[in-house]
Amino acid sequence: MNRVFWNRWGLILILLLIFPLTILLPRFGIINPYIDLVLKYIGINIILTVSLNLVNGYMGEFSVGHAGFMAIGAYVASLLTVWLFPRAAGPFLFPVALLAGGVAAGIAGLGIAFPSFRTRGDYLAIVTLAFNMIIKSVLENLDAIGGPRGFMGMEKLTTLWWVYIWVIITVFLARNYVFSNFGRGVLSIREDEIASGLVSVNTRQVKVLTFVFSAFLAGIAGGLFAHELQFINPRSFTILKSTDMLVMVYLGGIGSLGGSILGATVFTVVMEGLRTVLQQIGISQEWRLVVAPLMLILLMIFRPYGIMGLREFRFLIPRKERPEALNEFRKQIHASKGGKEALT
Amino acid sequence: MEFYIQQTLNALQVGSVYALIALGYTMVYGILTMINFAHGDIFMVSTYIAFFFSTMLLGALAGLNPILAFVATLLVAMFGTALLAVIIERLAYKPLRTAPRISAVITALGVGLFLENFMVAFKPVGPAPRFLPALIPAINYNIGGVTVSTIQIVIILVSALVMILLDVIVRRTMVGMAMRAISWDKFIVPLMGVPVDRIISLTFALGASIAAVGGTLYGMAYTIDPYMGIRIGWWAFISAVVGGIGNIRGAMIGGFILGFVEIFTPVFLPSTYRDFVAFSLLLVLLIFRPTGILGRPMAQKV
Repeated sequence: MNRVFWNRWGLILILLLIFPLTILLPRFGIINPYIDLVLKYIGINIILTVSLNLVNGYMGEFSVGHAGFMAIGAYVASLLTVWLFPRAAGPFLFPVALLAGGVAAGIAGLGIAFPSFRTRGDYLAIVTLAFNMIIKSVLENLDAIGGPRGFMGMEKLTTLWWVYIWVIITVFLARNYVFSNFGRGVLSIREDEIASGLVSVNTRQVKVLTFVFSAFLAGIAGGLFAHELQFINPRSFTILKSTDMLVMVYLGGIGSLGGSILGATVFTVVMEGLRTVLQQIGISQEWRLVVAPLMLILLMIFRPYGIMGLREFRFLIPRKERPEALNEFRKQIHASKGGKEALT
Repeated sequence: MEFYIQQTLNALQVGSVYALIALGYTMVYGILTMINFAHGDIFMVSTYIAFFFSTMLLGALAGLNPILAFVATLLVAMFGTALLAVIIERLAYKPLRTAPRISAVITALGVGLFLENFMVAFKPVGPAPRFLPALIPAINYNIGGVTVSTIQIVIILVSALVMILLDVIVRRTMVGMAMRAISWDKFIVPLMGVPVDRIISLTFALGASIAAVGGTLYGMAYTIDPYMGIRIGWWAFISAVVGGIGNIRGAMIGGFILGFVEIFTPVFLPSTYRDFVAFSLLLVLLIFRPTGILGRPMAQKV
């Protein structure tokens, strides 16, 4: 059991050990349903935060309409499990429904990516906002799926272990995405779009793929959200939801996966904790909703990069990208004769 | 035919309120290149100031001359809202003037939500819809089959007056010149001895007090509630973008266009499609002509 072994397998082992707990703990009532629910919300929020962080934090574009993607994922997944899939097969086909929701959201993301070629910054924010409003308006006008009354009939398919698996998949995919060569292109767009175009980053391709990927993740989260609540309506996916996501991203830190995990966890726990605190001291629950925007304002003024801004936990960095690995690589280059030939 | 004249009149009424709010968006954008997403909610607060003041006024001094009461309410609402806007600008936006532009936009979104949720949680206001007391006796005149109410006339006339006044302020006074100068070049203007901070605060105050005029007028015609700032604020914002954000005359034109969209959409489609039509208009416009009707296209400097 040397250090190399733990470096290589430690994280995987820990994740594998937690997995049976996510099945057993709720099953045998060791954690009560409320804690179970909060844990699931944390997981869903992590997926959402990673999704929004890809666009806002890593790419430096500005989307405030991610609740729209979430809505598409939620509705598509719910329609599939309620109308198409046989009830008995529901739990087995659940991932298929989620993926379908994610793909549908991804296609919508494609639609948002095209305006981003021409507009940037605040104008893109307006485009994504308009998109969010249009999605909500369309859902309200489609009477077949419930219109403003919402849609229900889903079974409670979102279990803690499903959320756990999806969170791991999300973080894993996002990590590989941002640390890939392609991901360097994403970061370069944040720093300077024109300069990155000049060093032959295909900015359009990068933008399209990042938007689609981000929308896909938001769609997955939407599907999980719908099958947890077992009831969705268009009002669940307004700008308020998008603002919650923004708070989580900027609380945790932009351009950081560890920050996304941290931000989503802290935000969810604080908001749920406030519920109890307000009840205890006898203040009406409406004040809870005042806290999130206030947090956002204070964060932007005093800590605009969030807790983890642009930094990363070590275990979330691929092995070859860790500081000591990079140092090792530099040493090797210097050790080889001249060093310059090794680089060319 | 009467139907269309009637609807045009209604569209002018709604459109002038949108135009008044759009002016606030466009002025702040012009001077700071920042979208003040909280403006719709500042408008909402202004209607509540008008509501509380006019209820108090009518309670204390029953039988006051209605025109005097109306003017007093208008002035108090304008002053109170301007004060609120300046406080918000000083506390929330000023520290971010050197930060990336996106930070200010996110803060503005936060401020807007804060105002909404605060008004809901704040007991004297609460979520229930309310009516402004009748400041001006509503009399309906019937002219050739078209119904015109006194409230409608007041809304259209007062809005027109305020817009002309603003145009004069911006084009003919020193303050207006300073505003235009700052929006032209933020770096040189302070060197010429223009007090930039004061002019920026003044712009916020001016935009908010115009929104308060819109708010008081709106409150006389419709019910008010803490969440109305979202819808009306967005529609006004679309007006500003349609007209060309940063352009004052554009905002007025945009407001009336959105007024017509709101009134004439239900003629052709179910009325629930109004938001859909308005936001689609915005999306299409942004894709094909991002600078709006009167906006100048700006080249990006590398």
